[in-house]
Amino acid sequence: MTDFLNAVVILLNFLVVPGLVYGCQLALGALGVTLIYGILRFSNFAHGETMAFGTMFTILATWFLQSNGISLGPVPTALLAMPIGILAAIILILGTDKLVYRFYRKQKSTPVIYLIASLGVMFFYNGLIRFIIGPDDRIFTDGSRFIITAREFKEMTGLDQGLAFKMTQGITIAITVICVVALFWFLTKTRTGKSMRAYSDNEDLALLSGINPDRVVMIAWILTAVLATIAGTLYGLDKSFKPFTYLQILLPIFAAAIVGGLGSPIGAIAGGFVIAFSEVAVTFAYKRVIGYLVPEAYEPEGLVQLLSTDYKFAVSFAILVIVLLVRPTGIFRGQTI
Amino acid sequence: MKKLILALAATSMMTSAAFAEEIKIGTILGYTGPIESLTGPMADSAEMAMKEVTESGKLLDGSTVTSVRGDSTCVDSAAATAAAERLITSDKVVAIMGADCSGVTGAILQNVARANGIVMVSPSATSPALSTAEDDGLFFRTAPSDARQGKVISDILNDKGVKSVAITYTNNDYGKGLAESIQKNYEATGGKVTISAAHEDGKGDYSAEVGALAQAGGEVLIVAGYLDQGGKGVIQASLDSGAFDTFVLPDGMIGDSLPLAIGDALNGSYGTVPGTDSKGAEIFDTMAKEKGIKTDAFSAESYDAAALIMLAMQAAKSSNSNDFKDKIMDVANAPGEEILPGELGKALDLIAAGKDIDYVGATAVELIGGGESAGNYREILVDGQKNTTAKFR
Repeated sequence: MTDFLNAVVILLNFLVVPGLVYGCQLALGALGVTLIYGILRFSNFAHGETMAFGTMFTILATWFLQSNGISLGPVPTALLAMPIGILAAIILILGTDKLVYRFYRKQKSTPVIYLIASLGVMFFYNGLIRFIIGPDDRIFTDGSRFIITAREFKEMTGLDQGLAFKMTQGITIAITVICVVALFWFLTKTRTGKSMRAYSDNEDLALLSGINPDRVVMIAWILTAVLATIAGTLYGLDKSFKPFTYLQILLPIFAAAIVGGLGSPIGAIAGGFVIAFSEVAVTFAYKRVIGYLVPEAYEPEGLVQLLSTDYKFAVSFAILVIVLLVRPTGIFRGQTI
Repeated sequence: MKKLILALAATSMMTSAAFAEEIKIGTILGYTGPIESLTGPMADSAEMAMKEVTESGKLLDGSTVTSVRGDSTCVDSAAATAAAERLITSDKVVAIMGADCSGVTGAILQNVARANGIVMVSPSATSPALSTAEDDGLFFRTAPSDARQGKVISDILNDKGVKSVAITYTNNDYGKGLAESIQKNYEATGGKVTISAAHEDGKGDYSAEVGALAQAGGEVLIVAGYLDQGGKGVIQASLDSGAFDTFVLPDGMIGDSLPLAIGDALNGSYGTVPGTDSKGAEIFDTMAKEKGIKTDAFSAESYDAAALIMLAMQAAKSSNSNDFKDKIMDVANAPGEEILPGELGKALDLIAAGKDIDYVGATAVELIGGGESAGNYREILVDGQKNTTAKFR
């Protein structure tokens, strides 16, 4: 029995918890991408940089709070500073919309033009972020690091294997749940949310029924800025803030949004977890798990690893390709690209 | 009788006049490119040695040495080869102090140096692949090969009684070469490497990598990466999940920022970085400071590289690469009188008098194998969130 529990704890510690947290971060990012795709009908490549921008202002505000001796005890101060980051991201993104995207809306440009414009915006944000905070790694976590450490867990349960659960992991999961519930409540229960869904489903019909398109677009951008800042800050808290990694995370985020079905919020969440778990699970070495489950004589010599971790990104892209081939609309029937 | 003496004197004067020549040495370094901040002081240091020798007037009966600079770019092999070709054919350099980065050094060696029979002494190419490269006895380096670092790390592991390790390396030539060298040396001494897996730099999430490393197990984790890149991410993720407590940090991971960033959890981890406690290093630093040269990584190695070339010429009584290539090992290694930086004139005198010398120089040079620095390393112990020196190896 303890062998079985040990095996479960290994899986929890190295596979389930990291996968869950990474999945939450991807899901929040993919929600922002999918919202913009649903309302404005283009793939927003500047999303990763929007995350970085919001996080940057959160960090600046965190430093300000820290220097004034304000903290949240065991919880990171950054949570208190997040509204500032969100506000900065909203201002930035609405300004960008006014200066860039509105022009193309008036022109009734094709999605591919938006996409290229968003690429330009991405490079601009990129430079702006490096100009303000620089390209270096920033660590802005404070408060207590762990909810439970591997060692405490071992002492508590008497098992051989430890299970660590970080404060940032707990916060990530909790905030993601809150965000997702709030977003779905907004989209399904409020008048504005319903008008957004109507606009996304059928633009012409929505316009005929008197929905103000400018308002819908503005709210979509605001929601995106909020989600991006939260996702970016959680990611930065859990790992560390380095502008370059926010460019890298754009790829799995898009993979998640497309796998789940572009334009479908549920799809974005499901896609996030599919991508996260497949990256971790396929490259995981199951040696010790099997070692605990089978009699000693059968314990495997090798690592029992399907793919080396070098191929981590290849896994998410393989899934992406398969989904696009077999089910181009994604798991939850989003729009075709 | 008088006439005879006069004639003798005249001939001896003539011979010495014939021997005194203007020797040119090519200083090929990446003055542009990724390590351009290091190459300025490197070239200045090498030229400081050449000036010292010229001013002593003792090399090959008063020959002068001048440096001709060529740009290796560090990364562009074609450009580096062209620069070396130009230096040899039109500037007529007789030896090359360089190149700097391993890739271009190999390219120059194969395409230019061997074709023209020119000696190359590199101050900073560390790739283990260069140890086995075909060189016709023309290639030397005053920087240790990463193969040596692998040996040193293996020794440290054995001294500490570590029986099994996991290795993760940054996915490039440096990381891969170093990881292979550590694994080879450690396994040869009976250690067990449970896994050797690459990690990519610049990613945020390393839980998959750490998951695989943790399942393979091992008493310590060797992180052959960069301290402000993936290496740090892997260490952080390992500590968070309780996968590893102790880490081995090769030279790419040694820096003040790492212990500060990770915190107390890194205390007790250990590593290596090139370094020596010899008197030579201190003397060299003072000399450089007087000349207004700001020394940095590989500056001392550059001084030594240039010095070795000139001392070997003296020992062979010739500035022809084919004559003095066999003498480089002789002047660099024992037996003989030890020579420190600033004593090049004395060394030239000793050689001229037919005595053996052992060039110690700024980096305690000891050439081994195919002519590369045996390498002196500082063993680092992370203690109280600081890198402290445990001992020299």
